[in-house]
Amino acid sequence: MEYVIEMLGIRKEFGDFVANDNITLQLAKGEIHALLGENGAGKSTLMNVLFGLYQPEAGTIKVRGEEVKISDPNKANDLGIGMVHQHFMLVENFTVTENIILGSEPTKFGTINIKEAAKKVQKLSEQYGLNVDAYAKIEDISVGMQQRVEILKTLYRGADILIFDEPTASLTPQEISELIQIMKRLISEGKSIILITHKLKEIMDVSDRVTIIRKGQGIGTVTTAETSPDQLAEMMVGRQVVFKTTKTEAHPKEAILEVHQLNVKDNRGVDRVKDLNLTVRAGEIVGIAGIDGNGQSELIEAITGLRKATSGKITLKGQEITSLKPRKITESGVGHIPQDRHKHGLVLDFPIGHNIALQTYYQNPLSKGGIIDYKKIDKLAETIIEEYDVRTPSAHTPARALSGGNQQKAIIGREVNRDPDLLIAALPTRGLDVGAIEFIHRRLIEQRDKGKAVLLVSFELDEVMNVSDEIAVIHDGHIIDTVKPSETSEQQLGLLMAGHAVTKTANKVGGE
Amino acid sequence: MKKRKIGLAFTALLATGTLLAACGSDDAKDDKKGSSKDAFSVAMVTDTGGIDDRSFNQSTWEGIQAYGEEEGLKKGDGGYDYLQSASDSDFTTNINNLVRRNFDLVFAVGFKLEDAVKEVAEQQKDAKLAIIDSVVTEHDNVTSIMFKANEASYLAGVAAALESKTGKLGFLGGMEGDIIGGFEAGFVAGAKAANPDVKIDVQYAGSFGDAAKGQTIAKRMYDSGADIVFHAAGGTGQGLFTEAIAQKKAGNDVWAIGVDRDQYDEGKVDDKTNIVMTSVLKRVDVAAQDMIKKTKDGKFPGGETVTYGLKDDGVGLADSHGAISDKTQAEIDKAQKDIIDGKIEVPEKPSK
Amino acid sequence: MSNRLINILVPVISVILGLIVGAIVMLVSGFSPVDGYAALWNGIFGDSYNIGETIRTITPYVFSGLAVAFAFRTGMFNIGVEGQLIMGWLAAAYVGQAFELPTGIHAVVAILAAAVAGGLWAFIPGILKAKLQVHEVIVTIMMNYIALHTANAAISAISGGKEKTDKIHDSASLSSEWLASLTQFSRLHWGFVIAILAVIIMWFILEKTALGYELKSVGFNKNASEYAGMNVSRNIVLAMVISGMFAGVGGAMEALGTFGNMMKLNAATGIGFDGIAVALLGANQPFGVLLGAILFGALKNGGLNMPNAAGIPTEIVSIVIALIIFFVASGYLIRLFLERASKKKGVQKVKGDK
Repeated sequence: MEYVIEMLGIRKEFGDFVANDNITLQLAKGEIHALLGENGAGKSTLMNVLFGLYQPEAGTIKVRGEEVKISDPNKANDLGIGMVHQHFMLVENFTVTENIILGSEPTKFGTINIKEAAKKVQKLSEQYGLNVDAYAKIEDISVGMQQRVEILKTLYRGADILIFDEPTASLTPQEISELIQIMKRLISEGKSIILITHKLKEIMDVSDRVTIIRKGQGIGTVTTAETSPDQLAEMMVGRQVVFKTTKTEAHPKEAILEVHQLNVKDNRGVDRVKDLNLTVRAGEIVGIAGIDGNGQSELIEAITGLRKATSGKITLKGQEITSLKPRKITESGVGHIPQDRHKHGLVLDFPIGHNIALQTYYQNPLSKGGIIDYKKIDKLAETIIEEYDVRTPSAHTPARALSGGNQQKAIIGREVNRDPDLLIAALPTRGLDVGAIEFIHRRLIEQRDKGKAVLLVSFELDEVMNVSDEIAVIHDGHIIDTVKPSETSEQQLGLLMAGHAVTKTANKVGGE
Repeated sequence: MKKRKIGLAFTALLATGTLLAACGSDDAKDDKKGSSKDAFSVAMVTDTGGIDDRSFNQSTWEGIQAYGEEEGLKKGDGGYDYLQSASDSDFTTNINNLVRRNFDLVFAVGFKLEDAVKEVAEQQKDAKLAIIDSVVTEHDNVTSIMFKANEASYLAGVAAALESKTGKLGFLGGMEGDIIGGFEAGFVAGAKAANPDVKIDVQYAGSFGDAAKGQTIAKRMYDSGADIVFHAAGGTGQGLFTEAIAQKKAGNDVWAIGVDRDQYDEGKVDDKTNIVMTSVLKRVDVAAQDMIKKTKDGKFPGGETVTYGLKDDGVGLADSHGAISDKTQAEIDKAQKDIIDGKIEVPEKPSK
Repeated sequence: MSNRLINILVPVISVILGLIVGAIVMLVSGFSPVDGYAALWNGIFGDSYNIGETIRTITPYVFSGLAVAFAFRTGMFNIGVEGQLIMGWLAAAYVGQAFELPTGIHAVVAILAAAVAGGLWAFIPGILKAKLQVHEVIVTIMMNYIALHTANAAISAISGGKEKTDKIHDSASLSSEWLASLTQFSRLHWGFVIAILAVIIMWFILEKTALGYELKSVGFNKNASEYAGMNVSRNIVLAMVISGMFAGVGGAMEALGTFGNMMKLNAATGIGFDGIAVALLGANQPFGVLLGAILFGALKNGGLNMPNAAGIPTEIVSIVIALIIFFVASGYLIRLFLERASKKKGVQKVKGDK
């Protein structure tokens, strides 16, 4: 096999932490090669080594058979390596062409020849079926289109080896299938692709071979056609992964959370939650299924006290908690895993240990007479880190440095450890890999089995179907129906979510 | 880590300094040989205005320089020198530094240095200090130098009242207080004496450093018919000159009267035209030289206030460069003589 | 080049560079850098008088640095330290001269008054930020002007039209005959002990108390803090008030120590603005601020001796001192340069290997 890139025995250390240990990756010409690993396994580090952002401590890199030292990204560009970053690096109010030529502007007597560049961009776009308008402004085009601009950028600079870093993370299903077509077109035009991902479905769909890494170690390379998602998951996580979480029958008891005729407005004063009724009982998981923007966020914010209800009543264990201060509600037994862990769940610049104490730092025994006992915080943090398998060098590592899955595990550890009667989990598995998802689902079910009430909000149908004991479908601020997972299908749920049960406004929903 | 970094930086700084200090000491000694040991040495501390403030600090320094050149002294230890103060907390340190360098007489320029002078006088009993524009009488080793600015302002009032075509004058003060009050009182008295019908618009800017405000006030005065404006407002007065020049260019026949030093240079419109009629001088240089002479002769007036007026040539009017007619000049000379002779008593405070 | 070597080299090189560029400035302007730096050194450590004055100069910088740093650490940009310091100065000077209280207690009351005045002055931008989302930078800048002119008017009113307030009673003074006699009548006063205490207090608040935890948390991420049940508005106000209290006590150092009264000010003292640099030099860490203040105060006081002993004009001295501080502050640029240099070397090696 002819290899365009060979990374042999790569080792990269950060202080005492070994991010990559003896990893080998060989990219054959004209293949889509997936790089699979959990969050924090070392995929990005490896690619940053290839792209010249990091220098490896050991190992060699060969490009087209020749050994090279890639000292910086410019060198990588010269070698024909291009990277499509997960977070796009585009100037919002520049045009597509301006963004593409940024950094390598073609000049003629000191003036930028933008027309010529635009022509070239248009030509490339046509050649690879990207369908990008060279003169459109970035702020006016969709996320999927922006990604194509990133792809064009690498092509414009003559890359024939493309690295895609988690390219589907922020795309819609439609955009994902288009991206897969684009990748296949690129291959047919003679390019080679490394695809970094933790999504098994994509790998099975698009890749030729897969290299798996786990905790910084190279596990091996397999041919996609000869493997299965189960095998890949096992290689990635290091043990068997159960996709459908098994759970026993729920035995719901008394009502814990009761929401009665609740109305909530959003920041612009628009009614988002309208006369909503909902009950969550001890020992059951109620999943709220719905399309984003149908009042889920406002409902949760109202329950947790972050947003005032305009009318209605919320009770917890029979006590009214409507519009109390967030801390009061937390203290009366509500745990909350927020939807946006970076914005609301963590203080990213705090050590992870401090974050674990974020709800309880002021309480005995962590704090006495206003003085915090940081030793006790560390101890609590270490217990939770251990118990919830949060992979971090220490409790003193800034939360920012942890992978998304580990951040989420720390948040769940923090909330569950307080032993709340009601646990609210909003999109708890967003952006996480299969291992972490499984872990989190198990924890939610464990809480249920301990007789707690769990309220799960998710946009993912299979998550709602797998985990919930009862599904409340939310549409336009109402719970339009409550169904049992065993008695419904994804199709039926999909129709409900689109508002088909009571009203026939499916077309309107898409516009919201 | 950052803490350590700064710590190290500091250590390095100290080490370098030690080395330099060792090298530097010899050169410093050489410098001292320049001036003879028994010469009478003089130094001064400026207020925050600095040595080239075109005002007191500069005048005092000119006086000290004149003395130094006359005696053939060199700038530095044993000769003459000055230190500038960047902030109010520097006054004490600067006076102390000069005293510790054994200058025979140290001038402190401006009332802001009053507390610092008292403090040093208390501690350094052997030092001889002179403070300008402030009265400190409780220490034997401090003498106070004051000026009868009201006398010179009186003459300016006479000149303005007689030269005015509109019969309306302006007075632009810096901040209200005893010292500027003296200027106002003298000016008003002189003008009224020369022309009882004259109208005088008195305004204070509330600052010595706000040229923009000075210009606004000056414009208002000129626009309301005043044709001669006298300022006792320090840097605020720059605004008066700016406005007067603008008025002159617009064809209005206006004049300004400067303060403290001869401000003729500030009033230039073109090669032939100038809007500064004259300036009320405080001859700090004359006073400084006089005080040096007194002290050198063993007649240091410790604990006393020495006031310089028209009689001592300590205040006066600057050359008018022809802006004042001979007829008016004769009136001015007469008034001056009367003041010196005690026939005219110039008020020190403005009448309310 | 190893990291450790770079860590040692960076501060050394930054200081040496500052000194070299300063020396060039002096040479070009026709003065001897050797004399200049000797004078600077002697102005800081030359004799006990200079040491006393150096420590005295450092003292208010510690407070202004702490004030800025405290605000920074809690996510606020307090440009109003200058005004808060002026109000603290005024309050301490007033309490010091208007009341008669037992020795010691009087000083404590005056310092507390200064803290309250500074805190109140900072409360205004704090509450505007917390309740109306008015940016604190613009408010604090304006509050500086208001403070300056309010203080000048108040001095007139208190003193009956004079340029300065009466001297404070001895019972409120921080000056000490013993300290003065130790340092040949320098104005060294007990304020430096209070400054060190303030450093410890700031460290304690931020690193040990639940309040400090909240303040830092709100500073880093308001949203997450709100989710965790903290009262974000209260914390913003509190952060500003504590910052202002540090500044106010800094003003008390001038009132009760250096001057013993307050005089009308033509312009801002500059101590508050320099506090921004002091805080940044000290990486917003309490003990770092102390070191930053020492560097600032020492250079400032030592600089006074450069015209005195070496005849270098004040303007040149200011440039030289600013250059030294500039290079110390931009140490990371030098770090970057060193790292680049060592990287380049690595590349050339590989090329050579081929």
